[in-house]
Amino acid sequence: MARRENSEINAGSMADIAFLLLIFFLVTTTMDVDSGISRKLPEKTDETPQVIIKEKNVLDIVVNRKNQLLIENEFVQVTDIKRLAMNFVDNGGGESTAIDGKPAAPCDYCNGAKDPASSDHPTKAIISLQSDRGTSYGMYVSIQNEIEGAYNELRNKLALKKYKRSYKDLLDDYKNSGLESLKVKIDFLKDSYPQIISEPEPIK
Amino acid sequence: MSKFKKKKKGLPAISTASLPDIVFMLLFFFMVTTTMRETDMVILKPVLPTASEVKKLEMKSLVSTIYVGKSKDSRISGDKIQVNDKIIDAKDVPSFIFAERALRSEDEVKYMTTSIKADKGASVGTILDIKEQLRDINALKISFSTTKGSNIKANY
Repeated sequence: MARRENSEINAGSMADIAFLLLIFFLVTTTMDVDSGISRKLPEKTDETPQVIIKEKNVLDIVVNRKNQLLIENEFVQVTDIKRLAMNFVDNGGGESTAIDGKPAAPCDYCNGAKDPASSDHPTKAIISLQSDRGTSYGMYVSIQNEIEGAYNELRNKLALKKYKRSYKDLLDDYKNSGLESLKVKIDFLKDSYPQIISEPEPIK
Repeated sequence: MSKFKKKKKGLPAISTASLPDIVFMLLFFFMVTTTMRETDMVILKPVLPTASEVKKLEMKSLVSTIYVGKSKDSRISGDKIQVNDKIIDAKDVPSFIFAERALRSEDEVKYMTTSIKADKGASVGTILDIKEQLRDINALKISFSTTKGSNIKANY
């Protein structure tokens, strides 16, 4: 009588198979997370509405093809942009525009110098970035980054004062919870310091 | 006395029985985190600029990527624009976006983002051309792809 024995399957090669798969995934994997500076382009309209903007409400940033910077006709470095932009936006020297039935009012949350020669109100302050076609992209991104940084810091200051939380915390919390009350707060901060960036046609 | 002398010296062999488990664990980790390479670079891989105020791009399936960089052939100067696996002109960007839109459902279109992965040495003119084309077809959400870091000086 031949007794059939249930011989166990040899699992010794399991490790080898797993290693092979492991090496395959190791090679094909890319762990890069796509992150960047997000911007919303202005919509294209057929008729351009004529808006009269006071010279003092515009911060002129000009960059030439040698990557040299000019802010309000003064030669500056990239690292100065943030401070200058913050001073400009947060100045609060005048009154806001009356919209949606809200009367024009002076900025009650600004900490700026209230210089009458600088911007009236954060909602009126426009940053204009005029670049040259030959400017390097790295420079361009650096400037965008500094402007973004200026707005983020201003929003952060207001968030700390008003809600005792940092702006980044609020954004993170909203992303995790999606609470409507947080959205109201974030929208308020964004409306207090709206990003108004204008990019005129580049210098040829 | 001979009893003691019989004791063998040396360490016992390390058990390798748990090796497959460890390897499998690593394997699953890489299987989960992996994203397959989708595009082959026809142009030189762009060296992204550094920025500190970055936002992570949400919903990767709704992102269409445009690469800008130098040609692999060093004799050809100027910036080249690559989408998918081919080099295109700035004026062909709209047709690329339309093709991308056709792959998504209608209500997803407004959440679509265009990610521009450009070399830090590329000229702003090329980028502005792309931006102008994107404006024409109402693809308004864009993201300048960067690496996160604080050393902005290295950009220029």
